[in-house]
Amino acid sequence: MGIEKITMPQLGESVTEGTIEKWLVAPGDYVNKYDSIAEVNTDKVNAEVPSSFTGVIKELIGQEGDTLEVGEIICTIEVEGSTSSEAAGPISTEQNAASSAEKAVKVTADGQKARYSPAVLRLSQEHDIDLEQVTGSGKDGRITRKDLQKLIDSGNVPKAGFSAGEAPAGKPVQRTAPQKQQEPVSIPTAAGDIEIPVTGVRKAIAANMVKSLHEAPHAWTMIEVDVTNLVAYRDSIKTEFKQNEGFNLTYFAFFVKAVSQALKEFPQMNSMWAGDKIIQKKAINISIAVATEDALFVPVIKNADEKTIKGIGRQIHELAQKVRTGKLRSEDMQGGTFTVNNTGSFGSVQSMGIINHPQAAILQVESIVKRPVIIDGMIGIRDMVNLCLSLDHRVLDGLVCGRFLQRVKEILENSSKENSSLY
Amino acid sequence: MPVISYIDAVTLAMKEEMERDERVFVLGEDVGKKGGVFKATHGLYDQFGEERVIDTPLAESAIAGVGIGAAMYGMRPIAEMQFADFIMPAINQIISEAARIRYRSNNDWNCPMVIRAPYGGGVHGALYHSQSVEAIFANQPGLKIVMPSTPYDVKGLLKAAIRDDDPVLFFEHKRAYRLIKGEVPDEDYTLPIGKADVKRQGEDITVITYGLCVHFALQAAERLAKDGYSAHILDLRTIYPLDKEAIMEAASKTGKVLLLTEDNKEGSIMGEVSAIIAENCLFDLDAPIMRLAGPDIPAMPYAPTMEKYFMVNPDKVEKAMRELAEY
Repeated sequence: MGIEKITMPQLGESVTEGTIEKWLVAPGDYVNKYDSIAEVNTDKVNAEVPSSFTGVIKELIGQEGDTLEVGEIICTIEVEGSTSSEAAGPISTEQNAASSAEKAVKVTADGQKARYSPAVLRLSQEHDIDLEQVTGSGKDGRITRKDLQKLIDSGNVPKAGFSAGEAPAGKPVQRTAPQKQQEPVSIPTAAGDIEIPVTGVRKAIAANMVKSLHEAPHAWTMIEVDVTNLVAYRDSIKTEFKQNEGFNLTYFAFFVKAVSQALKEFPQMNSMWAGDKIIQKKAINISIAVATEDALFVPVIKNADEKTIKGIGRQIHELAQKVRTGKLRSEDMQGGTFTVNNTGSFGSVQSMGIINHPQAAILQVESIVKRPVIIDGMIGIRDMVNLCLSLDHRVLDGLVCGRFLQRVKEILENSSKENSSLY
Repeated sequence: MPVISYIDAVTLAMKEEMERDERVFVLGEDVGKKGGVFKATHGLYDQFGEERVIDTPLAESAIAGVGIGAAMYGMRPIAEMQFADFIMPAINQIISEAARIRYRSNNDWNCPMVIRAPYGGGVHGALYHSQSVEAIFANQPGLKIVMPSTPYDVKGLLKAAIRDDDPVLFFEHKRAYRLIKGEVPDEDYTLPIGKADVKRQGEDITVITYGLCVHFALQAAERLAKDGYSAHILDLRTIYPLDKEAIMEAASKTGKVLLLTEDNKEGSIMGEVSAIIAENCLFDLDAPIMRLAGPDIPAMPYAPTMEKYFMVNPDKVEKAMRELAEY
């Protein structure tokens, strides 16, 4: 014995429901197949519903007056010799077809982790997201647009190791050697040696240095500058300045200003090597190196030639502040065209800078020291500073660099209350 | 607000427009005393008489042609094709004349006619009573094609179609006639032709569809919601010309798009929708654009099992939506 279900039949083309007008049977009645069991009316017709089975009516589910959708159960019937019809046969073939289709999809979808949709690539570029570090929630580990949106909304974006220099404009020159430097080198270690894993910033610094040194043929030159006047000038106003402006008036601001001014006159210095051409940059954006305990950051003072000494001083102060508090953003480090490095701040009197790729030169400002100097046949004690220039010899030659340095020297040596306005 | 069926909304819109504007009249096969084979014109003959509810011979070309002539002379005809499948003999009239007259006469003449036709399957109607014919007309400038999904949209869009100064094809899903019910305001209102409508807000996947499939998508969306996936559903309502802005907005919202139609897949209106998305939304897309449609065989088989195989239904829609959501 098994229970079968009788459903509301479709009694016309557009008919989707029917109302049970009257039951012609009661529970317990024996009916033959095709016997009428109920009267049903629809929008279009009134009809009698025939029984689909021979058996005993078990339960009337629909009541007289009920409107039921086509396919809904109206009653159940107990049928002899049949088992439950729950597991109908034909469905299984459909399932087979479905599962084989799914398999086909799976095969092609393997390894979706590294296959990025246009939306994912766009978001990763716009927000500087390192996709390698993102866990995908999509099919086979695919990173979805929503995964990235969640990261962006949370503000916890995994950044790629940042780069100290600006990304090369136009057609970059690509050579492959730097990659090799990152491969592990076998160095014997002894007890007590400390292994420091190279990650993030350190890795980026290493890669950039190698790239620059490998690519650009470095040449080096140095001049001495007498900054006695500048020192006197700065000393005379530094206390008042600090009181008025709230930050220190450093020598470095004067040096950056002098360099920006000279760059305006020697635009060759403010250019980049681009393989088949040299790009002379219009904007004068000075990269300055700021060190922390374990890393080096190179934020940029944009359009330094348009700023006053005070303006430059303020920016140096703010950028250094950002570096120390870890708030430096990647846009603070982009767009540099020439680097001025304050090596004097840690006592250096001479150094050979590595050019900040893809710029053409870097100027190291060394310590200001008192030295005996011969002027007009007399010995005097003067405040002296060495300026060391590393240049990319593909872009620049000694002559133009020499003239540039002479100009910087001239500006600095003539710095005074009368010549150099702070504002 | 009263809840009425899809077909009652059709009747109500015509009745109100005929009361409002005496230039509006109905013509078609059995539309008069019988009230149409689906009862769409039920009661109109009694109310407006035989001069405004005209039974025609079984000649669709003549139904369209008479309508075009009357429209060009300032009347507002509503021509009924008994089944969309029967529209074929009238194609020359519709495309060569109705759609072209404004352009051809340099704006001297126009053709404010509505052609209503029930389309679609799932009613055990087999060939000639089940087909979707919209794609045939969907690259004919001069025509507008409206395919509403709800009684509310039916009333507002049919009234807008009747008041439109150019020919409008108004396709009604015959399975929706008595299956779909909804709230319809008593008062007079129209809805803009050429504007799609968001039927459900969602974040994970976008379904773009029209007609009865809107309801399949809504049902499937309810089931998916239980698993935490939310579906954004855009009802095109007008399938020619398409509401490009709405399509781009809906596709960009989630980046995962399922295009759904009951029509044969190849050459359906969804190919055009897909092209609009591909042209405009590439960098918002997070998955390949997916289509679910009828197979490329004549619609549709008579045998119930085969009809079921042909038809899009909530189960198939749910499966496709889930696949896309999980992608």
